Amino acid sequence: MERPAWAPQGIDISIPSVARVYDYYLGGSHNFEADREAARAAMEFMPGLPKIMQANRAFMRRAVRYAIAQGVTQFLDIGSGIPTFGNVHEVAQGAHPGARVVYADHDPVAVAHSRAVLEGNPDAGVVAGDLRKPQEILRSVPVSELLDLERPVALMLVAVLHFLEDADDPYAAVAELRSALAPGSLLILSHASFDGIPVPEEQASGTVGVYKNIRSPLVMRSRDAIARFFEGYEMVEPGLVSIARWRPEASLEQEDPFAFSGYAGVGRTA
Amino acid sequence: MNKEPDGPEGRLRRFATIWSRAIFPVTATSLTRQEFEEQLLPHARVLRDALTARVFDSATGHAVGSALVDVHCTDPEALSRTLDVVDAYLVLYCGAERDPEELRARCARVQHAVAAGFAQALRERTRAEQEAISRAALDARHAVAEALHASEARFRAVFEGAAIGIGIADLDGTVLQVNEAMLRMFGGGLDKYIRGRKVNEWTHPDDAPQVWRLYEELVRGERDHYRVEKPYYRQDGTVLWTNLTVSLLRDADGRPQYQLALMEDTTERRLLNLRLRYEATHDALTGLPNRTLFFERLEKALSAPDGKRFGLCYLDLDGFKAINDSLGHAAGDRLLVEVADRLQSCATAPGEMVARLGGDEFVALTTGPDTEREVDELAGRILSMLAIPVRIEGRELTVRGSIGIVEGPAGERTPAEVLRSADITMYRAKSAGGNRFELADPKVDASTITRHSLTTALPAALERGEFFIEYQPLVHLGEGSVSGAEALVRWLHPQHGVLGPDRFIPLAEDTGLIVPLGRWVLEESVRQAHAWHQRHLPGGPVRINVNLSPCQLYHPGLVADTVDILERVGLEPGSLCLEVTESALIGADDDLLKPLRLLAEMGVNIALDDFGTGYSNLANLRRLPVSELKLDRSFTQGMQHYPADQVDLKIVEGIVSLAHSLNLSVTVEGVETAVQADQLRRLGCDTAQGWYYARPGPPDRLHTLALVDAVG
Repeated sequence: MERPAWAPQGIDISIPSVARVYDYYLGGSHNFEADREAARAAMEFMPGLPKIMQANRAFMRRAVRYAIAQGVTQFLDIGSGIPTFGNVHEVAQGAHPGARVVYADHDPVAVAHSRAVLEGNPDAGVVAGDLRKPQEILRSVPVSELLDLERPVALMLVAVLHFLEDADDPYAAVAELRSALAPGSLLILSHASFDGIPVPEEQASGTVGVYKNIRSPLVMRSRDAIARFFEGYEMVEPGLVSIARWRPEASLEQEDPFAFSGYAGVGRTA
Repeated sequence: MNKEPDGPEGRLRRFATIWSRAIFPVTATSLTRQEFEEQLLPHARVLRDALTARVFDSATGHAVGSALVDVHCTDPEALSRTLDVVDAYLVLYCGAERDPEELRARCARVQHAVAAGFAQALRERTRAEQEAISRAALDARHAVAEALHASEARFRAVFEGAAIGIGIADLDGTVLQVNEAMLRMFGGGLDKYIRGRKVNEWTHPDDAPQVWRLYEELVRGERDHYRVEKPYYRQDGTVLWTNLTVSLLRDADGRPQYQLALMEDTTERRLLNLRLRYEATHDALTGLPNRTLFFERLEKALSAPDGKRFGLCYLDLDGFKAINDSLGHAAGDRLLVEVADRLQSCATAPGEMVARLGGDEFVALTTGPDTEREVDELAGRILSMLAIPVRIEGRELTVRGSIGIVEGPAGERTPAEVLRSADITMYRAKSAGGNRFELADPKVDASTITRHSLTTALPAALERGEFFIEYQPLVHLGEGSVSGAEALVRWLHPQHGVLGPDRFIPLAEDTGLIVPLGRWVLEESVRQAHAWHQRHLPGGPVRINVNLSPCQLYHPGLVADTVDILERVGLEPGSLCLEVTESALIGADDDLLKPLRLLAEMGVNIALDDFGTGYSNLANLRRLPVSELKLDRSFTQGMQHYPADQVDLKIVEGIVSLAHSLNLSVTVEGVETAVQADQLRRLGCDTAQGWYYARPGPPDRLHTLALVDAVG
């Protein structure tokens, strides 16, 4: 019998993965030629893409340290991708030994890689799960073993929600996650937007087209649309701002112009 | 350490600052530039030491190049900028008081070492990361393959173990795979039989018309699934009925690829349904269509398009009850089966059907082209078929029938109206003597009182007090005085006027209303008797005779009700006589006789009514708790005129003698002439009743009669 047509698709590394493209932007070699080709195509329209990714990483780093400073030492990072370096568990456990981190991603290669990286780290784990199905993540073994949902958790949705189209109802998914979190939990979120990108919107749209072609549509949302994800949260100062402006630790003058693209913010549940 | 700006440490830091500013824009680090500079500072110190060491060690330069990769400066531009900075500033900020030429040469060597260290570290890191991601891809593939294998194993188990048949074919209809269940359905183990033919060749004459259109739409990709009931030929040529669901399987890009068939064997269920349907629509005894099926057909015939006509024969056997009673139900049933077979043979033309409605009622329906002629011929055929004697248990029985015929155009009447008309017409044939057919007449239908309408009106009639009682005197033959009266119930029907008990008592018996009606009659009559007693009629207290129907006899409340009524009214039990028909007591056992015996012991008289009409065993008379015989009127008919029939005289004389020897008194009914009365007196009969004395009438007439008699 031939392989049935209803069987799930296997791993096809000739199809670019946003996780590996991201790694490429950050100078990593956890990628294949198809990923690099897509990344280079996107960078033709927005040469500063790596700087946006770098700014996202820097924001994540600041936000994790902020969470630790607020006494939140559990992290659920959904859409974690390939932990090239400076990842959540490194930052969190560096600032607070024993901090618990669970990564979730729907890319099986990213999950396999994370599993290898996290081997021997008793306080961090990874789960194969899709942000579109929050319950599968919340009920997973790593979450139930590592996280105490009765206590505050920092939910990290860094540079991931812009890969969910409105048809996927990302707001419902975020709301479902929020309802599982204890009071005092944090939502650490960044999202792509045409706002703040230092190139004309038509040019930036070329990048959107590249992602569309690799079947990972990139959804640029307005500030208002991004702010709606924080429904049910109280915004932490300075609110929803361009990525580089969220609690900067160095002079903004040193920042690359692309670091001001998109939005980042942190909210706290009542 | 000397931290003054111009001290060696201060100069070193300035070098690190320049260095970090140069390469920070091309790093991927998430540190701030200041933090990054702190990371570079130790490496700047290594560079200074390498520059100023007495003996140059290239390993130090290597270490710095390698460190650059460690702090995520993997962009070659970072190396280029680092070499620029080292070239331009290392000697300037870190050079000791040494020979400038020597320092420059040393600086160049340092740069070579840094470049080599960077390249080596980058190569190793790149290799490591490529290996890591490849391994991750392999691991992921492995995990997916395992999941796929598990899911395939599950699917295979479902496929092979399913109770329903599953088959997969390509779009040309070539069968690729079928499971065990499907093989079994088609006759077991013969894979070749199924695989040898294309799916679109699996036709069957009973295929629903849309089946192959749906199939074509599916393989063309215009439809994703369909569900039909479909027959197939099995390997052995027998038919396999299925509930078939076919789904279109598409590839990842949505192109039609395979067709998947799910097949449920419904052959058994279908047969069962057919059998259940047959049983629900056919009479178990005769195998004829039953009332349900007949009404379906009649309804269809009556809703036929304009211009169509129908003809209906409604047959009721004459005297069937007597056969059932005398020969038993088994014989009766065999007779019905024989009649059914004969009827079936009478109605063989297209559009003709015969059905059994119940009991000994049959119908024949015709919807042929000339129903007016056909229905007459059909009725004639039925009557002549019945005329041939039926042999049952060695006896030749002749059954006759009465037929009511309704014929007319479709679309005017409901089945119930047609059947009512046929029923009325059949009774007309029966009243006319039976063994004949009559044609329905709408005028007669309208005026005929149907059993059905009377039956439904009975309960309300009792509530509204539409019943009343007439009394017929019983005259003492020896003294010529009124000794009592028989209570006879009448129904004053609002439309049909006064109806006699023969019209409604059988209906009341069928519906059970006889019990409350009988109780009312008893109470009413007992009150009347009491009233007569109060008036002290001459000739002593008169007795009241009340009829008991078989149903009342069996009713458990008979004794209690009777006692209760007598006590409440205050009548002596001896003033009441209950009349029970001879046929009701035929074969009665002690249990049945017990209530009568109890009543007799209390003093209530029991009369055996219609004596001589049944087949009573005279020897049995001794064990019955009766005190009186009422001779049927048929015995006295031969005495109405002079000279009386000698045989009748002898019979009556014998019965009277027998009765008297058993201490039973004898009452004669139907006395209509003085001659009769005189004969009966001489034969020794005790009491008489009949038109000669008085017709049944209101209670005060009895009073008058008694007075007249006393005077006479």
